[in-house]
Amino acid sequence: MTTVTQTHLPQTTEPRNDGIDLDMDWVMSVQANTSAIERRAATLPGRRSVKKDYQAAWLARAITCIDLTTLSGDDTPGRVRRLCAKARQPVRADILKQLGLPHIQTGAVCVYHDMIATAVEALDGSGIPVAAVSTGFPAGLSPFHLRVAEIEESVKAGAAEIDIVISRRHVLTGNWQALYDEMRTFRAACGDAHVKAILATGELGTLRNVARASLVCMMAGADFIKTSTGKESVNATLPVSLTMIRAIRAYHQRTGLRVGYKPAGGISKAKDALTYLALMKDELGNRWLEPDLFRFGASSLLGDIERQLEHHLTGAYSAAHRHPIG
Amino acid sequence: MTVKEIFESMEYGPAAEDASDALAWLVDQGDRFGHFINGNFTTPGDGFEAKNPATGNVLATLTQASQADVADAVKAARAAQPKWAKLGGHARAKYLYALARLLQKHARLFAVLETLDNGKPIREARDIDIPLAIRHFYYHAGMAQLMEAELPDRAPLGVCGQIIPWNFPLLMLAWKVAPALAMGNTVVLKPAEYTSLTALLFADICQQAGLPKGVLNIVTGHGTVGEMLTNSDVDKIAFTGSTDVGRRIREATAGSGKALTLELGGKSPYIIFDDADIDSAIEGLVDAIWFNQGQVCCAGSRLLVAESIAEDVYTRLKTRMSGLRIGNPLDKCIDVGAIVDPVQLASIQAKVDANSEGETFQTTAPDGCYYPPTLITGLHAASDLMQDEIFGPVLVSTTFRTPAEAVQIANNTRYGLAATVWTENVNLALDIAPKLAAGIVWVNATNLMDAAAGFGGVRESGFGREGGWEGLRAYTKPARSQKPASKVTAFTGDKAPTNPIDRTAKLYIGGKQSRPDSGYSKPVWGKNGALLGHVSLANRKDVRNAVEANANAASWSKTTGHLRAQILYYIAENLAARGDEFAKRLNALQGGTKGKAEVDATINTLFTYAAWADKYDGAAKGVPIRGIALAMNEPVGTIAALCPGTDPLLGLVGLMAPAIAMGNRITAVASTAFPLAATDFIQILETSDVPAGVVNILTGDPAELAPHLASHMNVDAVWSLNGHAAQIEATSISNLKRTWITNTPVAHLKPQDMLAHATEVKTIWVPYGE
Repeated sequence: MTTVTQTHLPQTTEPRNDGIDLDMDWVMSVQANTSAIERRAATLPGRRSVKKDYQAAWLARAITCIDLTTLSGDDTPGRVRRLCAKARQPVRADILKQLGLPHIQTGAVCVYHDMIATAVEALDGSGIPVAAVSTGFPAGLSPFHLRVAEIEESVKAGAAEIDIVISRRHVLTGNWQALYDEMRTFRAACGDAHVKAILATGELGTLRNVARASLVCMMAGADFIKTSTGKESVNATLPVSLTMIRAIRAYHQRTGLRVGYKPAGGISKAKDALTYLALMKDELGNRWLEPDLFRFGASSLLGDIERQLEHHLTGAYSAAHRHPIG
Repeated sequence: MTVKEIFESMEYGPAAEDASDALAWLVDQGDRFGHFINGNFTTPGDGFEAKNPATGNVLATLTQASQADVADAVKAARAAQPKWAKLGGHARAKYLYALARLLQKHARLFAVLETLDNGKPIREARDIDIPLAIRHFYYHAGMAQLMEAELPDRAPLGVCGQIIPWNFPLLMLAWKVAPALAMGNTVVLKPAEYTSLTALLFADICQQAGLPKGVLNIVTGHGTVGEMLTNSDVDKIAFTGSTDVGRRIREATAGSGKALTLELGGKSPYIIFDDADIDSAIEGLVDAIWFNQGQVCCAGSRLLVAESIAEDVYTRLKTRMSGLRIGNPLDKCIDVGAIVDPVQLASIQAKVDANSEGETFQTTAPDGCYYPPTLITGLHAASDLMQDEIFGPVLVSTTFRTPAEAVQIANNTRYGLAATVWTENVNLALDIAPKLAAGIVWVNATNLMDAAAGFGGVRESGFGREGGWEGLRAYTKPARSQKPASKVTAFTGDKAPTNPIDRTAKLYIGGKQSRPDSGYSKPVWGKNGALLGHVSLANRKDVRNAVEANANAASWSKTTGHLRAQILYYIAENLAARGDEFAKRLNALQGGTKGKAEVDATINTLFTYAAWADKYDGAAKGVPIRGIALAMNEPVGTIAALCPGTDPLLGLVGLMAPAIAMGNRITAVASTAFPLAATDFIQILETSDVPAGVVNILTGDPAELAPHLASHMNVDAVWSLNGHAAQIEATSISNLKRTWITNTPVAHLKPQDMLAHATEVKTIWVPYGE
């Protein structure tokens, strides 16, 4: 398993969140006022603006935080290899050179279990970790022992990161102990692989539930908390993100442990990426702008960023066909 | 920095808004401005400089208005007013709509110019000030359209002098100008000397809209110009600004007959209960006290935190403060901009420096006209900084133990503009909101504003509302003017009493009949010269006792409208039972035979206000958020009333009944000439379940009593149907109470007007959503 650790980006090392005992007093004291959270989320894009060279640099940073993803029923080894090639070289070399940037690559490649081996092979030597969605993704309703076994299989296959889905019913029925125990078990099954807990926030009903579920998953040892599978009708939104990263901040303040954040689904524009980075920077600080603590779960975002970077250099709006597909 | 370096550091970098269009507009105007009078800009004269506080650079030279300039402006407004009113609501609506559209078309120019002139962050000017100003013109275009149909009994006041502050220059212009013009008034506006440029750009817009000449006039200059305007031939002064200046304006207009509305300072409480969403409450504080550098009259500047969560709140708050970006206001990525002027900066600095209590936490600010976001914790109600308005980015804080204590601390202030409550408990929120002495309460939000919702304060935060239907009262008067009530003088005589058993008419204070402190009485003669009795001569000590009794009867304000209706009906019932006796008394006092008619009218009045007691409903305003803005009609508090000389019974009940129907307590000074009808009425009150102290009746010389009532700081409003306007208005400055002085005969007072006088509209904003 040491090879797995070595491939994990970035070089920054941070003690892992091993979790704490379930603290129900803390969980139940958490509030999330929807209107107020929405107001903050609505004004944030107007409060923060990144222009010119700064914008280019920020967009490059966003690329390093992308979990370049394909989660389709028609994925094939060929499709996955093409994606991995894009992950290794997400931006045309001439563009990077003109920007004066070193080589960059995406944060990870994210696939289903059966594509792990292909991806590991295709990314060999790049240092890019392979993330696998797991535990009966996206619904998480397969037999529990199979969900745990799926994690173990994926880790065995070389996945350095496991994106698990929580049982939404534990949240909806207020069974926080069950959620905690489930997450604990998943975390244990991951071993050295990092675990991202997908809350499927679009199915949790309220932001208060999102906040409490975030906290419980962190207490149970999640390395990352993640919004969505990308398969729910509502995926990552700014209000949900604000709720989750405030939980991350509270957890850090109380325990000193840093947990990462991954918004997934629906983030497809460069401007959105800048807003998310600003949100992370303002609410959590620069440390959370590194790929070990922040990821975008996205497939089409990269294309828009590439076009923006070329526009930055040429002053002319770019076109999709000028950038290699992934 | 290279892209690579930024890639490593992830700094925000500069994101400056381009100011060239705004600067070009100034150049096009020659960098010099005259006044805007009668549709034209006057030739620029001697003046003063408009500076960008962020850089100290001169933006333009403005003209200091002379007495003649102000007179010209008022004359132009006066000349234009009848025609403007006569145009009709629809025609005025078209102009207001055009102004809204033109503002919208030039929105960015206005925003940039505002930021240049005022120092506020461009984000705020762009996303808050200008859109709200536009909204006010749209909203009031609608009010102009609806005026004839919906306000048939209201007419324009005439010429309005409007004096606005520097913190929201264009927005305050919109708040003042839009309703005034909508209702058919014409305007002379004086913008603040620090920030006149957007008003002058607005004048430009008015020309583009083809607004008739003289409808809006703008004179620039220092406070002296405001004084000239206050003393000029206008029908109304509307002022937003400091409590000190508001006081001076009240004094200067005392007895002039000019209508007045004041929107003054505040020290608004911001209460966080232990079940609040703390992070959201802290974000709310950013919008409360670091919005516009804290230069906001309704800023949540007094943080009250539940003791159990105080340390947590302070820790998180300090973290949030450290993330605030302070600097160049034109930068789109700035949270806190420049203080409007070095004079204001020095004032903030001096207030904070003078404090030696508590613990001060400050972030850093760049050199120049900037003040860092500041938090001072560990203060107490007794600390100066908990009581005095700082008008800067300085938050002061203390803790509380219980909801009751939170209310007690929140209300422990001379001011009463706004209040903010954070709790996830709807029971708590809706219990606390009505208890707070404030014109506006925000639940789980702060600084929400809209044209449809009333804005304005109580206590020394001023009086009058801006926005909504209630705001239109400030720019209208009853359409039909009544012949003033006739003057009466007491009869004299020397005949013996008709009834040999002496009856002593005492004062009625706190539910008890009491002898006057002075120990003096005076005789009351009938028209035929017979001695009808003696009445007590109340003095200032009796005023003191009466107001004290009113204060002790505060629970009356919490009773239900249903209960108050029952008591008013009961009063009517008991009066009717003794109707003949009262009719005789009225005839004896006044001569003639109209006593029965007056008794009947009085019973009718009691029924009217008994009917209204449970029907003067508030409103749920259509504000553009997911939530409700409730306009609650709350009692004013303690009202002192000088009853008219005529109609001695109806004159008392015509004021008392609406006052107590709405939950006020009242101290009434009976008719001077015919006081015995009121003193007889004491027995009716005593038998009608009116709680002690809800109604006090004094007899005596109004000239002696009026200043003591009007200056009493625990009296919330003074009504006079018996003159003494100058005296009452001048002495009311002690606590800036509401005053209402009219010579309209009591029989012609309209219930809707009376109920408005007897209530304060409190706007409670409750955003919701789960």
